[in-house]
Formats: sequence, structure tokens, C-alpha cells
Amino acid sequence: MYKFAKVLAFTAVAALFASPLFHSSKALASGGAEPLKEVSWNHSGPFGTFDRAALQRGLQVYREVCSGCHGLRFIAFRNLLEIGLKEAEAKAIAAEYTMMDGPNDEGEMYERPGKLFDYMPSPFDNEKAARASNNGAFPPDLSLMAKARFGGESYIYSLLLGYEEEAPEGVTLAEGMAYNRYFPGHQIAMGPPIDDEAVEYVDGTAPTKEQIAKDVSTFLMWAAEPALEQRKRMGVKVILFLIVLTIVLYGVKRKVWADLH
Amino acid sequence: MADSTGGDAHDPSRRDFLYVAAAGLGVVGTAGFVWPLVDQMNPSQDVLALSSIEVDISSIEVGQSITVSWRGKPVFIRHRTEEEIAKAKAVAMTDLPDPESDQARAEKPEWLILVGVCTHLGCVPLGQAGEYNGWFCPCHGSHYDTSGRIRKGPAPTNLPVPAYVFLDDSNIKIG
Amino acid sequence: MSGHSSFQSNNAIINWIEYRLPIFGFINDSLVVYPTPKNLNYWWNMGSLAGVMLVLQIVTGIILAMHYTPHADLAFASTEHIMRDVNYGWMMRYMHANGGSMFFIVVYIHIFRGMYYGSYKAPRELLWWLGIIIFILMMATAFMGYVLPWGQMSFWGATVITNLFSAVPLVGEEIVAWLWGGFAVAQPTLNRFYSLHYLLPFVIFAVVFIHLWALHVHKSNNPLGIDIKGPQDTIPFHPYYTVKDLYGMGIFGIIFAWLLFFAPNLLGEPDNYIPANPLVTPTHIVPEWYFLPFYAILRAVPDKLFGVIAMFASLFILFALPWLDTSKVRSARFRPVYKMLFWAFFINCFVLGYIGGKPAEGIFIIVGRLSTVLYFLFFLVLPFIGWFERPRKLPESISTAVLESSGGGGSSDGAPDGAAAKAEDRG
Repeated sequence: MYKFAKVLAFTAVAALFASPLFHSSKALASGGAEPLKEVSWNHSGPFGTFDRAALQRGLQVYREVCSGCHGLRFIAFRNLLEIGLKEAEAKAIAAEYTMMDGPNDEGEMYERPGKLFDYMPSPFDNEKAARASNNGAFPPDLSLMAKARFGGESYIYSLLLGYEEEAPEGVTLAEGMAYNRYFPGHQIAMGPPIDDEAVEYVDGTAPTKEQIAKDVSTFLMWAAEPALEQRKRMGVKVILFLIVLTIVLYGVKRKVWADLH
Repeated sequence: MADSTGGDAHDPSRRDFLYVAAAGLGVVGTAGFVWPLVDQMNPSQDVLALSSIEVDISSIEVGQSITVSWRGKPVFIRHRTEEEIAKAKAVAMTDLPDPESDQARAEKPEWLILVGVCTHLGCVPLGQAGEYNGWFCPCHGSHYDTSGRIRKGPAPTNLPVPAYVFLDDSNIKIG
Repeated sequence: MSGHSSFQSNNAIINWIEYRLPIFGFINDSLVVYPTPKNLNYWWNMGSLAGVMLVLQIVTGIILAMHYTPHADLAFASTEHIMRDVNYGWMMRYMHANGGSMFFIVVYIHIFRGMYYGSYKAPRELLWWLGIIIFILMMATAFMGYVLPWGQMSFWGATVITNLFSAVPLVGEEIVAWLWGGFAVAQPTLNRFYSLHYLLPFVIFAVVFIHLWALHVHKSNNPLGIDIKGPQDTIPFHPYYTVKDLYGMGIFGIIFAWLLFFAPNLLGEPDNYIPANPLVTPTHIVPEWYFLPFYAILRAVPDKLFGVIAMFASLFILFALPWLDTSKVRSARFRPVYKMLFWAFFINCFVLGYIGGKPAEGIFIIVGRLSTVLYFLFFLVLPFIGWFERPRKLPESISTAVLESSGGGGSSDGAPDGAAAKAEDRG
């Protein structure tokens, strides 16, 4: 064990030495912005699971606050069953949206209520339409946002709470822009989207802005990585198995090499 | 692996235990690894989500049939005539290679709903054709009657009836 | 019996096949009775590990290809389809993406091991060449594979790397347009990269076979760097090294599984979760970590053409290594000066990698240039070291060294591994 451990230790030191390579760009990408707010996520760590209640509240926040401008195109209504919604609830949510379908037997497109297999409709038909109604800015789709920014869900959380009413001295904001401590360059086209009591939670949770930001960030992390729980569960099992297998293989190796006596 | 080094007489119990344990774990690990490689070819979640369709049948005249696509396969919806129904009901069970009554195959006698895939080798049979005026598969000559039951030819079983429900008089949900 | 092979069997069917197609003899000669130096340490595990990784990449790659769509409009969405809807699709995708990184880690260790113990020297020059060819093919494959998810980093990585060829005098622009199949990286580029990304691993597989063929002529080098003098210096590959390799694979598997299941995006770039946009470049473009040292060399040279030349030269100079090194002694264990030089080179490679991940500004430019000079300096001073260096005394043979090191408390640096030391009584 000792020798291979030595090899491993050496490699680990080399990897440690190399690790700044991987993180260098991360520190840099925040563009001189301050370090992200620290949040403890229920889904972090090897045994982490998503907080189902937070996910459902986050869905409510997304639907009531974000979805006016931001799409969620990789999430289908059927996926909402995974965050603990009952089938009837998910169907009801889907039916609130209107979907274009067709062509029908007359060859025409027609509208129908959304079904479980439909995907969340985007608020704008295309990027140009989005820019036209958003002062030239393009509200990005949020399906993968929690993986598409350095800091992930913590970045989303920090960003949502990082607005300043007034830009610091010496910073002139362009027309229609807001100042955000965490946004690269600090000038962001999205106005402060949430405030205390921006939503009224169905489950009665007090809707402080911290709570809202945390819930929607959790929800977006789930949206970006729905297999997270399955992945971690499987990871624990696989690694435990491999440890046992490796110990046995080490024993076999010792036995076999002892034959050289 | 257990017998790979073979022929060692000393300390057999511990040695054998190690080899058997290693081989056993190896087999378990390999099986566990191979399963995802196999399962990935099964229908994915988005495909499974599209497993039912609704069809408006109000415009199908008596004697006509339409073909709709369900799970990537053709489904025949035939508005049968009285004569076709009578013919389907009159057949003696002993004449059928795959005995099944017409009542069991059509919830409402005038509507016959079938998966349009020949049970022989998967071709799509032609409608209102064949010796029994039901369906005829051009690939290898299987004849189906007006209830979609196999009567003659190489196909082993009747055309399958998919799960369906009448939502109302003019709409059905298949799947 | 089947010609020159020592293989024998009592099974009539096996003998029938063997007479017509000596495949059992081949396997027996190359994986079972294959004589291997008895003193190989754990750095020699990397070869078989690399082979396993190649197979794993091919298997997961073929699976991903079943679900992926190589079209500019659909590639990103089909990747997400794999991640979300395909059964175990997320696992296949993360395994393939992180498997690439693990493959490169193993191959880099393999290369450095070859350099430390002088495995490139006569009569293994072609073996070394074939290894470099595999390495270059791997880089091409990895680069094209990274383009396939069609995220921002895919698109802009492809743009930057293909633009390297625009530095070619006179026909640069034509070459780039030819690579792209258009006037920018677009659908034709994606489609051909997909095709080549599928093809190249099989080419690698073929070269690996030739690599092994060359290896099996003069057998493995060993930590002492001296030749095998007779049967007392070797042990059969099976069971000794099969089981040692398997044990190493177990350890490796644990590290890989940790990355795959608990940090699958650690080595990736967040920008690649943004769909490719030909109109907006990410603020900070970085290649995958395994390209960073070469990327640093590219940027260290202020001239476009010479930067590209320097980058390719840093790779191709490895071909000259067997002749640049004039020393008769292989292993750095007996070469005090080369040993220091090797570690300097090794650390310098990490510095280059670090610089490659930093923006080209301020101190990073200076350090990058210095490191680039040091990189090439290694190869330039190597011939002279061989002339003036006084190597330590080489052992008589592998078996005597194994005996001595276990009897006399081990040699000064990284003694032959414990397992080999146990071989003493037999020698």
C-alpha cells in the first residue's frame, strides 16, 4: 500500500499545485467584483439532496417573478413531478399555458392548453423580440444558469441580493441600467427583481428577499442539474464498492507477489 | 481470476477467499457498470412522456378508416359497417389461429382500433384488402379479417389492440 | 505447436484454432508469460491504465453518439437531452467529459515517467515516437470533442484554434476556410468535427497496437534503466503485473469516481453551458486544462506566425529527444545533473500550465516568456549534459540490484518498489 500511496501522494501534490489552473479563471471571471455571499445549500456535499419545499417555492417565484422575461426551455411540465408536485398539480400548471400545435386535419396550426410533455414556453418568440421589449438587453434562458456562471447557484443568490439603490461615486450608470455588486462590470440591465414580499408563498413561509433568493436559486440549480440527487446517491455507492474492491485487490496483489519468495 | 495462479498448496483458505472475493466483486462491479450501458438504449424520459395521443374521430364516415401515428407506429381507426361487424362476429373460434372474440377487440362495435404493424415481421398491412376484406400485409402475405384477426399467412397473432378510452362520443385517447 | 510461441494447450478446440490463427499464443505471449522486469514501480501502471481509458472513452463515446445530433441548431439541446432524458445519460456524458481529463492525466504521467527513466533511448526510439503520435492524436480528438456540445467555449475554442492555421504564410486564409467549410466556424465545421472525433479514437487504437508491438520487441524499460540480462531479471506479466495493474486501476477508479459523481464540472468551463453565439465572445477564453502549457507557449511569442511555430515546436521537439539526449545511461536515478534538470522541466511545465490559464497581462506575460525559454532550454542543454555528466555506477543487473536494495536498506531515491524487493529470496 505504501508505495502506491507514495505515488498517489506525489500525484496529489502535483494536482494541488495544478489546481489554481482550474480555478484561476473563476476568481478572475467575477471581474473584480466582491466574493459571493456564503449560503449553505441543502444539496451540497456528497449526501446533499434538494430541499423539496424550497424547490416548490422556487418554482412559484420563477413563475410569478422571473418567467415574464426569462425562459426555462429545457424543463418540461412532467419534470415538475420530480420536485414533489402531484400529477394533478403539474397538469394544472401545464394547462395554464397555451401551446401552439398542429397542423390539424385542415392543415392549420391551432392552440391548445399545455400538457405534461410540453416544455416551459419562453416569454419571447426569439432573441430579437426579447431585445426589442427589454431596452436592447436579452434576458437569458435560465435552464442552465446555475451551471453557466462561476459560483453557480451562489452567484444567482448573490446577484439577486446584490443591488444598490445608487451607484457608488464615480460610476455613471447608462440609461435603464442598475448597479449590482456581483454582476461583471456591475451594470446590469435587469432591475432589482425581488424584494421582501415579492411573492406570497402558498406554504406560508415568510417571503423575505433572502428567502425568495434562496428558494429560486435552489430551484434553478435543480433545473440545471436535475440528476444531482441520483448522481450523488450513486456516487456514494460506487466509491464504497470501489474501496472494498481495491482493498481486496491489494490483498490479492500482496498474496501473488509473496509467491516470489 | 480465482484459479489464475493455480497450484499453490500452502495457506489455501485465505488465498482462496481473497481470489474468490476479488472475482466475485469483479463480476458484481462489471455487471453494475454494464447495466447503464444497456439501459441507455431504452426509451428516454421525453419519449415515454409522449406515449399517449388523443384523436377526434367524429369526422370518420362509416366504412372509412384513418391512420394516426402513435409512439412512432401507425394506428388504424376503422369505422366499421354493419356488414363488417356482422362478418367479424360470425366467425367460429375454431377458424381462428389466434382465437379472440370480436367483442373483446372492440369496445364499441362500430369502432375498431388496431396497431397497424403486422405481427409477422413489422410491415404495415393495407386496409380493406385481402381475402377477408380486412387487412392484407404485402410483405409476406398475411390476411387479417374485419376484426384485425389473423386468418391466413405467416403472421402468428392478431393485430394488437392498443389501450384506449373514449373520452366522449367523438374523442378517444390512445395509450 | 504454433510456430515460435511457447503456448500449449490440452484442449483440442483451442489447438484447432491455434493452428489456423495463433491468437491464443499471441495473447499468451503478450499478456501472460510475457517477461517483464521484476523491478517495475507503480509509475509503470500508467500504460495499461491509459489503454483502459481509451476503451472507456470509445465505449461511452459510441453511446453518446447514439443520442447526440451533430447540427448547429440541435447539438446543444441534444446534449441536454442526454443529460436530462436519456437513461443514465448524465453519467455517460460526465464519464466521457471527465474521462478525457483522466486519460490526459494518465498519459502525462506516462510521458514524464518515460522521460525520467530514459525510456525513449535506444532501442526504444520508435516506441517513443509512436507514443508522441498517440499524444498528438489525442489532443486533436479532445479538441474536436470539446466542440461538439456547441456551447460558448466549444465555439470560441474552435474559432481560436482553427485560426492558428491562418498564420501560415500565403495560404493561411484558404486553409482555415477549408477547415471550416465556410467563412466561420459553423454547421459544416461541427459536422466534420463530429465525423473526425468519431474516427480518430480508432486510429489511436491502431497506433496503440503498434506502440505495444514495438514495446514487446525490447520489453519494458525499468527504474534502473539497464537491460534485461536473462530470465532471472524478469517475471511473467501474469499474474504479477496483471494483479498489480488491477489494484492500481482500483485506486484510479476511486479518484475518477469522485470526480465523476461529486465534482463533474470542476474541470469544465461554465461558459460551455451557454449555447454557442457567433456574435459574442466570452470575456476569458481558456482551453481545457491539458492544453494550457501549449497555449501559454503560443501566447508567449508576440508574433502570430512564430507563436504558432513555437507551440507546434514545443510538441514536435519531443520527437528529437532520443537524439538530443547523448547520455548512455537511461535512468535519472544514476544521472544527478539530468535529474535536477528533469525536475526543473517538470515544474516549469506546471508553471506554463498556470500561465496558460491566466490572462495575457502584466507579470503573466513575463513569466510566460521566461517559462517558454526554459522549456526549450531543457532540450538545448540536454546534449551537453550527456557529455560532461558523471553518472553514478550502474548495478550489474536487475536481479542483483533488487537483492542489494532490499538487503542494504534501499537505494537513495525512490527504491524499487516493495513488491519487487520481496523478490530477493528467489533471485
